[in-house]
Amino acid sequence: MVAARAVGFGLPVAILMAWVLTRYRFVGRPVLNALVHLPMVLPPVVTGWLLLILFGVRGPIGILLHDWFGIRLVFTTAGATLACAVMTFPIMVRSVRLSLEAVDGGLEQAARTLGAGWFDRLINITLPLASPGILVGAIVAYATCLGEFGAVITFAASIPGQTQTLPLAIYAALQVPGGEAKAAELSMVSLTLALAGLLLSEWIGRRLNTVLGR
Amino acid sequence: MSISVTLRHRFPAIRMDIAFEVASPGVTVLFGPSGSGKSTIINAAAGLLRPDIGVIEIDGRVLADTRSGVWLPPERRRAGMVFQDSRLFPHMSVATNLRFGMRRVAPGAIHFDDVVSLLGIGALLDRRPHTLSGGERQRVAIGRALLAQPHLLLMDEPLASLDAARKAEILPYLTRLKTALKLPILYVTHAMDEAAQLADSMVLLDAGQVVAFGPVSEVASRADLALARRDDAGAVVICAVVENDVGRTLTRLQGGGATFWVPLLDLPVGAGCRIRVPAREVILASRPPDAISLHNIVPGIVRRIAEDSVRRSVVVEIGLPEGGLLSRVTPDAVVRLGLSPGSPVLALIKSTSIEVL
Repeated sequence: MVAARAVGFGLPVAILMAWVLTRYRFVGRPVLNALVHLPMVLPPVVTGWLLLILFGVRGPIGILLHDWFGIRLVFTTAGATLACAVMTFPIMVRSVRLSLEAVDGGLEQAARTLGAGWFDRLINITLPLASPGILVGAIVAYATCLGEFGAVITFAASIPGQTQTLPLAIYAALQVPGGEAKAAELSMVSLTLALAGLLLSEWIGRRLNTVLGR
Repeated sequence: MSISVTLRHRFPAIRMDIAFEVASPGVTVLFGPSGSGKSTIINAAAGLLRPDIGVIEIDGRVLADTRSGVWLPPERRRAGMVFQDSRLFPHMSVATNLRFGMRRVAPGAIHFDDVVSLLGIGALLDRRPHTLSGGERQRVAIGRALLAQPHLLLMDEPLASLDAARKAEILPYLTRLKTALKLPILYVTHAMDEAAQLADSMVLLDAGQVVAFGPVSEVASRADLALARRDDAGAVVICAVVENDVGRTLTRLQGGGATFWVPLLDLPVGAGCRIRVPAREVILASRPPDAISLHNIVPGIVRRIAEDSVRRSVVVEIGLPEGGLLSRVTPDAVVRLGLSPGSPVLALIKSTSIEVL
């Protein structure tokens, strides 16, 4: 659930970010690029802590969200979603960007001479052609979300049924005497989901490439 | 109506300074070696390349005038473009590709079914671009550009990536298209056969400069241009069929103010056609010969004599009442006949050497 929502919210933003990073050259571009990739190289606990600082009840963004919309992110499912989305954001941006860069600019020129404006081209030419990379990125991000541990436990804690993700549950089970059986069971689930995700992305990628005639 | 283009642009390697004005509708062939600036002109006309200075006017419609800040983006120019590499959308069927531009403009005079039959692509509609041959792909690309109801058609070496057989397969479609549509067409090529077959006007380019421009019958018959020193140099004459002599299996053509006999054609009297007279097939004489198999003895006036030192020959330009002919002969022949600009001369041409296009 958390993973699906994280990808659902994260993907459009990731596409937009990838689009900006591929198409435009601006002053802050290297900085923005570094910021996007930060969660990938930072220890997840640090990411979680930064989120806590920013989105916490007393954090600058957290206060705004709470006062204006009555939304509390810390220690909630929404918080777990946010943590997951931030952690998988670099994965999605990377794969979307690679596929956007691979789209032949000549095809977009052709679309222009046929009367298609920029949004028309994005929807009908660029995104369909980049779709294999976008989907593969989304699926890998989904699978990664399922395994997200550090940032989630720091930002959203591990509340069973609310913010407890699969690895958190496994970890919790291992802390309890005699919980090995449960941990093994959950680990199998985790393994299956991850494997299924990877196989699915492989298959979809191949199918789409056939459709696109590559 | 006319097409007028003025361009100035500085590339790292070359400075372009282009200005020409040609008649519209009709095919204007931009002709020159690679790197001469042909594609720059066509990309600027499409709006895909913005030159330092550019004024482009088609039939009185200003597409660009950088001096007064006018620069229509490509999507608002109504300039259909056919690229060398066809650029069909790989994720769409042929039919969807064809309709891409059509769905984005108000219905116009060019109809889907007409284009499909004109280009012979009816059997391809459900196919995907990657399953098509190069020639088929180019025909679909031409159809796609036409269905966007363009006011101007731009073709950037549309046949350059095809082998001779595929080229021969498409050229008739282009010739048909040219007569069926009353459109201004800018056509980039460096192949003489395409230019001779399609051009109404020609713009000769070299190293970013315009060398000459005008009607094809004038430009192709000028001895002072590099064009005349090519192996395949030859004049193009726009003709009409005057007589079909079935008994002698000959057709008489009238064009350029002269008469030409060619082997019997499948065209009715009055039909238009164009002929190409290769320079190396034209013999010069000062008196009409008798007892000779030749059918064409065309009187004219020597207009220019240009040396071609590479081939140790000269190219003689023979003026006809309208347009002219080219003849490649030895310098010795010029001396023996006493030819100089202004002297009358007879051009002897075998009827079988004349290429009817």
